[in-house]
Amino acid sequence: MAKIRKATSVGDWLDQRLATETIKKVMATEYWIPKNINFLWAMGMVLAVLFLLLVISGIFLLMYYKPDTALAFDSVNYTIMAEVGYGWLWRHIHAVGSSVAFLIIYIHMFTAIYYGSYKNGREMIWISGMVLFILFSTAAFSGYMLPWGQMSYWAGMVITNLFSAGSLELHGVVEWIRGDYVPGDAFLTRFFMIHVLLIPLVIMGAIGLHFGALRIPHVNNQDGEEIDFDTESAKYLAGDTKGSKVMRFQFDFLSKDIFVLGVFLVFFFYLVFYNFTFALDPVNLDPANGLKTPPHIYPEWYFLWSYEILRPFSKDAGLIAFGFAQVILVFLPFLDRSPNVAPANRRGLFAIWFWVLLIDMITLTIMGKLPPEGIFNVIGAAATWTFLGLWVVLPIITMLEKKK
Amino acid sequence: MAVEKERRNFLGFALGGFTAIGSVAALGAMKRTWDPLPSVKAAGFTKVDLSTMEENVLVVEKWRGKPIFILKKTADMKANDRDVLVGESRYLISVGLCTHLGCIPAYIPKDKNFHCACHGGMFNASGEAIKLPPEKPLEIPPFKIDGTTLVLGEEGEQFKKLKAAGEIA
Repeated sequence: MAKIRKATSVGDWLDQRLATETIKKVMATEYWIPKNINFLWAMGMVLAVLFLLLVISGIFLLMYYKPDTALAFDSVNYTIMAEVGYGWLWRHIHAVGSSVAFLIIYIHMFTAIYYGSYKNGREMIWISGMVLFILFSTAAFSGYMLPWGQMSYWAGMVITNLFSAGSLELHGVVEWIRGDYVPGDAFLTRFFMIHVLLIPLVIMGAIGLHFGALRIPHVNNQDGEEIDFDTESAKYLAGDTKGSKVMRFQFDFLSKDIFVLGVFLVFFFYLVFYNFTFALDPVNLDPANGLKTPPHIYPEWYFLWSYEILRPFSKDAGLIAFGFAQVILVFLPFLDRSPNVAPANRRGLFAIWFWVLLIDMITLTIMGKLPPEGIFNVIGAAATWTFLGLWVVLPIITMLEKKK
Repeated sequence: MAVEKERRNFLGFALGGFTAIGSVAALGAMKRTWDPLPSVKAAGFTKVDLSTMEENVLVVEKWRGKPIFILKKTADMKANDRDVLVGESRYLISVGLCTHLGCIPAYIPKDKNFHCACHGGMFNASGEAIKLPPEKPLEIPPFKIDGTTLVLGEEGEQFKKLKAAGEIA
């Protein structure tokens, strides 16, 4: 056992028993971040804070929510929204928070794609990030079921039907997932469990993995420069803080991070208080009705691009394209055959690829919201084929890229 | 020492074996817990009186939580192998869920066909898909005709005939 001395302070007392000083050094004061970064590097912190806001608001919603097809709708739309003191605040934070979390996730993802922060040792950061994306999607979908409105019910119907795998007609699987022939009480209670316990637990683990994956390759920088973190951190500790290419996480990086976070939170709470309706679909203010499909079903905005990929095709081809779109991003580090880690604008054809991908996904998102008629069908189909084609050409154009 | 190694291997295999059996058993229990409950499965039969139906007016009944379309066809609608005959009248009887992803198509009496709002699919008055993405016709539920009463959930003669003719997947 270690030698315990008489403690000089509470901090020292804890340090002798928990090595708090070492933990602080490893996790914060001597965790090194490159200086050559911009505000886009703060998106991770913004997401962590958003997740915290979702957990806190979720805890308060959980106090009054009732997972029962007969009670759920009123417990949300009447009890929480009208009766509970500040119940609306938690609901707005939760609804706006989930929607904005996806906006930040997309920015975070496209930042990584633009700066090449997914390769040369950073593959696991990317992969664990995509796992988090899938987990957040599951959380968003399962949470969407809980108010048991018309959109909850019909989104539940459509999404669970995807598991019948088209012409394989696996209706048994769908009924097993639902615990019923149609979404009913068993369906609601199991998605309640998934939303409030299973997924949050797994997300916390995945966040740990995501952070852990950063330790060895370190955070990327604006030029994709390979920094010798040992030399640079030694320079910093020796007093040459200006000459060093790195800075401490606490409080050098954090001070910038928290500034961006502050700006973000002003925007976020503006939405929560004054502009929350975009996150609360009016169709979902009608209670679930299994005998009446709403005239136009669409998912929340963040799923629209992949939803649009289902539409131009027949059932099976649509499912295959949709499945492809769901998993292909995970493989980005291996489809990009170039060893260069650099911003897209210095990578020749890849720059075009990047901007086409971004514009294409925005186009798919817009088309997914519009009714499947006339010219929208044509644009949607073109955007879908472009999306699929981009992944075919990616290995080719990156192979042609000159090594820097 | 060889003997000790063997003992360790034995313990390892024993541990691994019991863990595997336990895991499979636990997974089995978990799978069963997710199964539809007996009360859900024991869905009753739904009876519908067809004698009061009007031509070209869609009636939607509920059976096992699913909407069932019943449409009395007009004389100018083409006869189809999938039609259900009750006396002189021909009926469309089908599960009212789009065979693409399960939305309920709306009936447009003017056009005499069904429109699905979700992904733009269309079906004719015989329940056949006429516009993608759905490829298959509307599903026919198990039914029996008892005089002018339709019994959903029981396989009657006409249903068995349709099944033999390959109209029911």
